[in-house]
Amino acid sequence: MLDKFALLGFGDGGWGPALLQGAFTTISIALATLPFGLLLGLIVALGKRSDKVVLRALATAYTTVFRGVPELLTLYIIYFGIQILLQQTWQALGLPGVFSMPPFVAGMVALGVVLSAFSSEVWVGALNSIQKGQREAAAALGLSKAQAFRLVVFPQLIRVALPGLGNNWMVLLKETSLVSVITLQDIMFITTRANVVTKEPFLFFGAAMMLYLFFSLISAWGVGKLEARSNRGFAAFGGATR
Amino acid sequence: MTWCEYPGYWLGSEVFQNYGCRMASGLWITFQLVIISVLLGFILAVGLAIARLYGPKWAQSTINGYTTLFRGTPLLCQLFLVYYGLGQFRLFWQDIGLWWFFREPFYCAIFTFTINTAAYQAEILRGAIQSIPRGQFEGALALGLHRWGTLRHVIMPQAMILALRPLGNELIVMIKSSAIASLVTLFDLMGATKLAFARSFDLTIYLYAAVIYLALVEVIRRVWDKVELRLTRHMALR
Repeated sequence: MLDKFALLGFGDGGWGPALLQGAFTTISIALATLPFGLLLGLIVALGKRSDKVVLRALATAYTTVFRGVPELLTLYIIYFGIQILLQQTWQALGLPGVFSMPPFVAGMVALGVVLSAFSSEVWVGALNSIQKGQREAAAALGLSKAQAFRLVVFPQLIRVALPGLGNNWMVLLKETSLVSVITLQDIMFITTRANVVTKEPFLFFGAAMMLYLFFSLISAWGVGKLEARSNRGFAAFGGATR
Repeated sequence: MTWCEYPGYWLGSEVFQNYGCRMASGLWITFQLVIISVLLGFILAVGLAIARLYGPKWAQSTINGYTTLFRGTPLLCQLFLVYYGLGQFRLFWQDIGLWWFFREPFYCAIFTFTINTAAYQAEILRGAIQSIPRGQFEGALALGLHRWGTLRHVIMPQAMILALRPLGNELIVMIKSSAIASLVTLFDLMGATKLAFARSFDLTIYLYAAVIYLALVEVIRRVWDKVELRLTRHMALR
């Protein structure tokens, strides 16, 4: 039994270093996707609230599609689709050789697009919660539209959106497990390979579960801290009523 | 030509026509996976939510650990742990006569999806039960209802209405997640599509699959909205 656990260690024949590398890849792709997906989500959310019918329709279609299609399918379509598109442009430009899509970029784009579709719902809810008076007051102070958004609306937006966005992050973290199918060497990829080599699937997939659980628990703790921080100055915790 | 070849024929897509029948049977597998696991998961979740709220301390903390574990880890990882990991103990399963179950990827997928969705649904139901005002419990007590009567006749009907929307979302999430069953050699809609792509190398087949999933999700979402509207028509919500 102890020999088996040595397989997870850092000694001779231990998969510890590989697992750490995989965990690093998982975290990297999640962290790389987050800003991209959230920003795109905010843009889509602004599109959904636009006065232009075309923009609204486009933004709604975008979220409907990417919320309705399985993430795995989106990943395949983007991975192979971009690959084929780029390959064709590559050849059209008369460049030699084969262009191959880096899986990290494909994974980032696919997960980011899905994240943007889901986070745009959160952004819309948060944008709706900000009263019109805030923008009017900002305009009365002579702030431009962009300044009003950056200095007045956005700081308030974050507080309302944070629980929803935190939820989006947790979902994203778990979805990164799918990138193993496009040969990105994340936790699932490494443990699958370890299973093939050592024939100890229970041990390795159990270890993968524990790693993901660890990251989820840390995230939940971190999101909780951020929420408490963004809520300071508000009476939500009963400070003012006592 | 059989019926399942017609959509591809009408759309003028050779690959969709050639693999239409495989995709139709894949869609049927997807249906089975989702319906069975969501229904079984719901039955489990009702028990789990009630035990989580009113059970003994040890049961509460066990269920808490269970929901944290299954909501905090990817479904793909859970599926691999069940299919490959539990399959490792073949002799043990053969001894207790359960090998037929853990040998089949279909049963493994149903098992994994069920325990996964049960964890999510239990949290949904717990939240719904907890948001029923205390006065409802007190009112039931004043009417002389015992604990089970209170739950069954007063609390659960109201909690179920609150839980309706998140449960609908969970159903949609399960339809989408069921695509990963294709990674344990199952030929669900995703699996059939992957096969079609691997043989034809025609990317449009993925787009057809995406449209099918999208249509499925949209239909369910709309029907669910209608059902919710109908079930809440006595309330002044709208």
